[in-house]
Amino acid sequence: MLSIGLGHYLTLAAIIFTIGIVGIFLNRKNVIVILMSIELILLAVNINLVAFSIFINDLSGQIFTLFILTVAAAEAAIGLAIIVVYFRNSDTIRVEEIKNLKG
Amino acid sequence: MIAHSVFFYIFSLIAIVSALMVTVSKNTVHSVFFLILDFISISCLFIMIGAEFLGMIMLIVYVGAVAVLFLFVVMMLNVAEQKGQWFSSRWDGGTHIPIGLLVSLIIFFELIIVIGGWKYKPDLLNSLSVNISSDVTNTRSIGNVLYTDYILLFQISGMILLVAMIGAIVLTFRERAGVKRQSYVKQISRERDEGVDLVHVEKNKGVKIDA
Repeated sequence: MLSIGLGHYLTLAAIIFTIGIVGIFLNRKNVIVILMSIELILLAVNINLVAFSIFINDLSGQIFTLFILTVAAAEAAIGLAIIVVYFRNSDTIRVEEIKNLKG
Repeated sequence: MIAHSVFFYIFSLIAIVSALMVTVSKNTVHSVFFLILDFISISCLFIMIGAEFLGMIMLIVYVGAVAVLFLFVVMMLNVAEQKGQWFSSRWDGGTHIPIGLLVSLIIFFELIIVIGGWKYKPDLLNSLSVNISSDVTNTRSIGNVLYTDYILLFQISGMILLVAMIGAIVLTFRERAGVKRQSYVKQISRERDEGVDLVHVEKNKGVKIDA
């Protein structure tokens, strides 16, 4: 319990990943919170990669974390741009009123 | 060692609680602030575990750029009127909540089972190449690998960022009517004939200008 191993980091990442998924499922407010939940999920993946990289003593995990960071930043920029355009067109970003696709 | 584990528990507790508050809190601005707190505590964990460069990059990229972008969009759009509708749906009476919780719980227990029952495959560890040496700093070793072995991926990620930038500009750009703009092509391609008009002036009559 006192010595921190790989399992501790993996458990933390699993908890944060699940919280992100809960945030996507149960969200009824607006789409921005869904984007933030996606950021949480990517953060959990980053924790996994860094923890494995340190405990296996291999640097590749940290390199791939850098690339995930890049893709996450690009995804946040594009997603927020889409949200801004949608809000400009239809005056709402509430999840239950976005039903153009009839999903 | 004890201090290390104490700090690990403190930071991970802060991270978990703030991640919960991101999804649960009623005000979206509060969600963004809790997201920032989450990123900060996770980057503290990264610095503690020995990945200093990634921790600092997380601080710069996430807290400095992404979270501020989120905050900007939340404050720009009018989301203040959407408060107080927490997990409530007008149509289906909230039937999505138990299903969502069930699926999330199943995913969580699957992850926990994988973590608890997983053992390293020993020859997989030996086949990996890029080892972390202890006499070089973290930033230096990442730089040694990133600009040599991973240079193609590095440049492709730069292209991804460029495409994202151009895409965001194209998406949010809109042409307004009635805005006077400078047109370089029109300015440069202007000839003498359309700019200057020579008028033969008769005596005692003056010039009539129709502008």
